[in-house]
Amino acid sequence: MLKKANALVSLSGAGIERSGRWLVRGVDLVVEPGEIVTLIGPNGSGKSMTAKMALGILKPDEGVADRRAGLTVGYVPQRIAIDWTLPLTVERFMHLTGWVEPEEVDAAMEATGIANLRHAEVRTLSGGEFQRVMLARAIARRPDLLVLDEPVQGVDFTGEIALYDLITEIHKELGCGVLLISHDLHVVMAATDRVICLNGHVCCSGTPTDVASSEAYLKLFGSRAASTLAVYEHRHDHTHLPDGRVRHADGSITDHCHPGDGHHGDHAPSHPPERSRSPETGREA
Amino acid sequence: MLDDFFMRALVAGIGVAIVAGPLGCFIVWRRLAYFGDTLSHAALLGVALAFLLQLNITLAVFTVSAGVALALLMLQARASLSSDSLLGLLAHSALAIGLVVLAFMTWVRIDLMGFLFGDILAVSTTDILVIYIGGALVLGVLAAIWRPLFAATVNRELADAEGLNVDRANFIFMLLMAGVIAISMKIVGVLLITAMLIIPAAAARRFASGPEQMALLAALIGVVSVVGGLYGSLHWDTPSGPSIVVAALVLFILSISPLANLIGANKPARPVSDES
Repeated sequence: MLKKANALVSLSGAGIERSGRWLVRGVDLVVEPGEIVTLIGPNGSGKSMTAKMALGILKPDEGVADRRAGLTVGYVPQRIAIDWTLPLTVERFMHLTGWVEPEEVDAAMEATGIANLRHAEVRTLSGGEFQRVMLARAIARRPDLLVLDEPVQGVDFTGEIALYDLITEIHKELGCGVLLISHDLHVVMAATDRVICLNGHVCCSGTPTDVASSEAYLKLFGSRAASTLAVYEHRHDHTHLPDGRVRHADGSITDHCHPGDGHHGDHAPSHPPERSRSPETGREA
Repeated sequence: MLDDFFMRALVAGIGVAIVAGPLGCFIVWRRLAYFGDTLSHAALLGVALAFLLQLNITLAVFTVSAGVALALLMLQARASLSSDSLLGLLAHSALAIGLVVLAFMTWVRIDLMGFLFGDILAVSTTDILVIYIGGALVLGVLAAIWRPLFAATVNRELADAEGLNVDRANFIFMLLMAGVIAISMKIVGVLLITAMLIIPAAAARRFASGPEQMALLAALIGVVSVVGGLYGSLHWDTPSGPSIVVAALVLFILSISPLANLIGANKPARPVSDES
């Protein structure tokens, strides 16, 4: 019932198993046109894996992954190493997975501020430059769905704000759906419609809280950052212990934790993700 | 003109070099040198089977090389051995089985050295026809799968996620490699085919600023190697296949020498920490 007719991608009860261990299980996720969904979670929580299931790179061992037919995807993977043996300029890289109109390339390079790097070799770029080149390549395709795997990693705080602003702007202009993966557990992009917190399964999901109206956060982030960032308040009914086991709200401890084990009343697959929790502070009710 | 054995060898060699250059680039980019070796070693088994079953040699070599490539794909998915061990296992067992089968066929007298190192005298007009028709086919198919194949070379997941058919491109690429081995065996021999594939591509790297450019340059460097090597072999009476490889090596050394900077080579490789 999570699957909507016009959803760009949807996962229902999707999981990946490797040698008898469930790396991620019971994931429900829907990205609709024009929607920004942020996936958060600690390292190894299965965020990238979930994105790869949504993209069709990995086939779920359980559950279903659906993509709308004829979907144009722009993908910015977590990291790419370009070998020295590969001669590849930024300009050629822009056409990597399909021909893109030169005007689109120009516009994308302009928007991401890499117009001066057009003839540079990709492997000589710095981390931040490369990240922007990757983003430019993805948006030049004018995708229906933009998937960004930790786009701000290795970028300093100011760079992070700038990059989030850019993503928000691109999203506004293209009207595409965005699936964003972030390693930051508490601070997400303000334009996010929905946050999904993963740790081997969906721990909780909801909308972020606007920080621009809060004095304390304004002081913490600065006024410019506060309009770009939002805080996500977690409401877990269980705790992941250091040894990998899980303590539930009722005090019981289990080895695993997944929907349908009786501990996740509000996260069972049949429930739609909650859309708004805190009307008094939320951006929208 | 084609009456002269030397001219025939030259024409055939140039044809092989033009096909080997672009394909060799992918072998360099994808680090498949040992894989190419395995397929070409298997070619000798193809030769043996061709004699045993009275088949066309080129066809038999293509079939056996393609079969070994598929066997490798299947073994990699299943077996617990590492890739390079599997490659070594397949390469040398195919070579050994080929030699054993040939030894059993006492009624067949063939010049083994010709197959191992190439035989300039054996190139016939039919061979030239096979090289040019087969080569045009290989290049045509390569052009058709160029985008998915190159995108998957840069990053497989990226190509996959953005809707390119990566598995099909990889599979076709293996068949193309088998095809190139089948048509170039007579020129350089099974032991030196990989050199013909990777040395011109490696020499082209410093002068290329894009993948397509590198493919063209590799073909060009291959052609120069064939011409230089064959004239050298005529002049000094050296074996043709090894002479071509030596000529290619000389061009490679020139490409990494300071001399190359004069004609606009890129900066040489500096050690970059590999993140993957």
